[in-house]
Amino acid sequence: MRNRTRFLIPFLAVGLATAACSSGGTTPSTQGSAAAPSAAAPADSKSFPRNETLYSSGTMWGPPANWNPLREWDSATGTKGLLYETLFLYDPNTDKFQPWLAESGEWTSDKEYTLKLRSGITWSDGKPFTAEDVVFTFELGKIETVPYHNIWTFLDKAEVVDAQTAKFTFKEARYQQWANHVYQRAIVPKHIWGSVKPEEVIDFANENPVGTGPYKYHSHDQDRQAWVKRDDWWGIKALGKDVKPKYIVDIVNSSNEVAMGLLLQKGLDLSNNFLPGVANLVKGNFGVSTFYAEAPYMLSANTAWLVLNTKKKPMDDPAFRKAVAYSVDTKRIVENVYGNLVKAADPTGLLPQWDKYVDKSVTGSMGFSYDAAKAKQLLADAGYKDTDGDGFINNKDGSKIDLKIIVPTGWTDWMESIRVIAAGAKDVGINLTPEFPDYNALVEQRSTGKFDMFINNERQLSNTPERYYDYIFNLPVQKLQNTVNFGRYENEKAWELVGKLDATKTDDLEGMKAITSELQKIQLEDMPIIPLWYNGLWSQVSSSVWKNWPSDAANAPKYPPTMWRNWLELGGVLTLTELQPAGA
Amino acid sequence: MRQYFGRKLFIYGLTFFVAVTVNWLIPRFMPGDPVASMVARASISQPEAVAAMQAYYTDLFGLDQSLISQYFNFWAALVTGDFGISIWAYPKPVADVILGAVPYTLGLMIPAILLSWLVGNWAGALAARRKLLDNTVLPVGYILTATPYMWIAILLCWGFGVVLGVLPVAGGYSFALQPSWSWEFIGSLAQHWVLPFASLFLVALGGWAIGMRNMIIYELEADYSNYLAALGAPHRLIRRYAFRNAVLPQITGLALQLGVLVAGALVTEIVFSYPGIGSLILKAIQNKDFFLIQGTFLFIVLGVLIANFIIDVVYVVVDPRTRAGMAGAST
Repeated sequence: MRNRTRFLIPFLAVGLATAACSSGGTTPSTQGSAAAPSAAAPADSKSFPRNETLYSSGTMWGPPANWNPLREWDSATGTKGLLYETLFLYDPNTDKFQPWLAESGEWTSDKEYTLKLRSGITWSDGKPFTAEDVVFTFELGKIETVPYHNIWTFLDKAEVVDAQTAKFTFKEARYQQWANHVYQRAIVPKHIWGSVKPEEVIDFANENPVGTGPYKYHSHDQDRQAWVKRDDWWGIKALGKDVKPKYIVDIVNSSNEVAMGLLLQKGLDLSNNFLPGVANLVKGNFGVSTFYAEAPYMLSANTAWLVLNTKKKPMDDPAFRKAVAYSVDTKRIVENVYGNLVKAADPTGLLPQWDKYVDKSVTGSMGFSYDAAKAKQLLADAGYKDTDGDGFINNKDGSKIDLKIIVPTGWTDWMESIRVIAAGAKDVGINLTPEFPDYNALVEQRSTGKFDMFINNERQLSNTPERYYDYIFNLPVQKLQNTVNFGRYENEKAWELVGKLDATKTDDLEGMKAITSELQKIQLEDMPIIPLWYNGLWSQVSSSVWKNWPSDAANAPKYPPTMWRNWLELGGVLTLTELQPAGA
Repeated sequence: MRQYFGRKLFIYGLTFFVAVTVNWLIPRFMPGDPVASMVARASISQPEAVAAMQAYYTDLFGLDQSLISQYFNFWAALVTGDFGISIWAYPKPVADVILGAVPYTLGLMIPAILLSWLVGNWAGALAARRKLLDNTVLPVGYILTATPYMWIAILLCWGFGVVLGVLPVAGGYSFALQPSWSWEFIGSLAQHWVLPFASLFLVALGGWAIGMRNMIIYELEADYSNYLAALGAPHRLIRRYAFRNAVLPQITGLALQLGVLVAGALVTEIVFSYPGIGSLILKAIQNKDFFLIQGTFLFIVLGVLIANFIIDVVYVVVDPRTRAGMAGAST
């Protein structure tokens, strides 16, 4: 035996060696990319003291691979918000813009917007931040593959007036969209990005990122992204605020169970994962809390819509669409599928933060709610009958109705939800079957218009309901509808109204309300899309290391407690300045 | 000898070619368009921008060329070690993503497979000769092999991680550390390694022990053993012959295990969120990252072929009959 197993020794030695030093493979690469930032901060240690570190998760689904703030959908957590900053912040809670990199910004004439920048802001490499950087960032949009390329359809030119002033001249003043851009676009340094080739800008991995924000890159690995606080952040002086955690480590999601385990072990301070049943943890005194102590526990982040293909029979008939709306038992979805973690949507689908734009007189007379009898009545009145006696209604020409409702496979909460929707539809005589294709297949059906019905929630909370109406009514319908108007609903009048809304100044609340009221009438009369529920801003926090988390309690901050992409400029970063060490 | 290895190498070459071709084909037969879903994830509202992005990525991944030239490009890239760009970890090259995961998988699998093989064979051989051991090792072995792996892994995870709270439940090393050559880091690495290792080790152990025990008993009752005993050979000698014969099938088993070694233990890595190849495969499939799927499978194919080749060489060393066969063939 001794002789015969000798050949195994080298194997074993290699195995153990690899086991003992699996760090060997990762060390050089991690240090390589961290070289520049850590040179600037030689005090960086190799471990994060627990009482100085905020652990978060729920944003990244893959390893951090790029620090490019233009890639707003897959850049490492915090790239926009912690590292790169926007000109303004927008607080959806108070509906106010807070100057951030900008000191002020105003429309100096109908088609001219002048931006004043704060002085004394420096990039993390020491270079001053100027209007050159702002103009450069917006001009990047001239590159076709840059996501905000469309601003150049209404923006004419961006000019540097002096180091602290930039002027934007518009071909067409779209006040609402512009207000969107001033707080959503991350400003990048011209002295670094200027040398990136235009066609590579969107693919720029940006491994040594230089930003203006309160944090700078510390390190990353397959399963985490670490940030370290900048002691010379401009906000300390200018705002008198400072982010409290010295380190932020954002953990890549592996599964909800792991997030739950870490949260309960106090290894995680902020979990932005969807944790089904978290209500029990909040109630059960496990040291986990949410924004509201009662249902719905979470702030609302977006609306889940039931999209109907208005180019297919019988969904091309508003009466049929209305009947579907009445057949959906949203209450059952909210209670049974989500355990009250979400809220049923308003008939207009506008988020609670936009409540002031909801015309109550319109929703009062035209709104809908679950009512199977009413749905049956609507179908009967519109002339849908069960002509072949199979228990389901037929098209008016007598052909069978056999519809599918789809959501991506594996999205378990949505899968349960469409089962409820299909059951509700069957109850009123509509033959609707739930199906679960994979995500890619769904995207293909969605963009080519081959689907019957599906659920979508891709439009997020923002400063203006105009973005929601753009989502519903956008015209013209293209061969591929990738992000808006999936149902291919065509209504010239509504789209004109959306354009008018876009051209209304953001402070003209009455003007906006007049238009949204019109749009709501069209929406409820024609029912191009059916609002279902408000998805939550999933957020579970533990106060064992950091306290003073946002909540609805008196005196507590009201900012969104999240690290989600595109939420830090909605106040997520202010959550960090309000935190306090639990030990102190 | 040369002929033997020549034939083997030819077969391996052929297998490699077919495997790589199939590997290239599979993602292209899958439903859905990777570029479309990539652009969809970007959620850009402007149709012109969408078209521009789509064109850009199609060109980048070379998907606009004919299938034949895509196939040849694939081989050309492969020769230069270029596995393409990952969609899931865009814009990281697939090779980098895989190399980051390999140390974890090897560090977990090699010790688990080899140690369970060694200990299992030793325990099995011992059990075959001692009644007392046989009565204990055998049932324990049966229980271990019969336990669904998932279950034992989750049980360990729950017991040590949650109830006792002594060992971490997720990750390759502590979230509070950065890789470095410090004892703290190595300790954390080891701590995270223990549970996944133990679960693999325990489950494999039972199988090896039972196999070995049965083989030894079979060999001890074979004609040659009886003949040797009748000649009056010492027991020790007989046992050594029996062991040599009994270990051969075990080596074949080990070869198979080592072959799929680089695939990692998918379930282990998922249960313990261990950052190896196994969890990479899951992520790649979940995210429809065709290039990463292609890359990991290619890696596995290579691993299987190389491991098999090594075992072929080892067989020549440990089994005299193979050598005799080769000598026969060459003369």
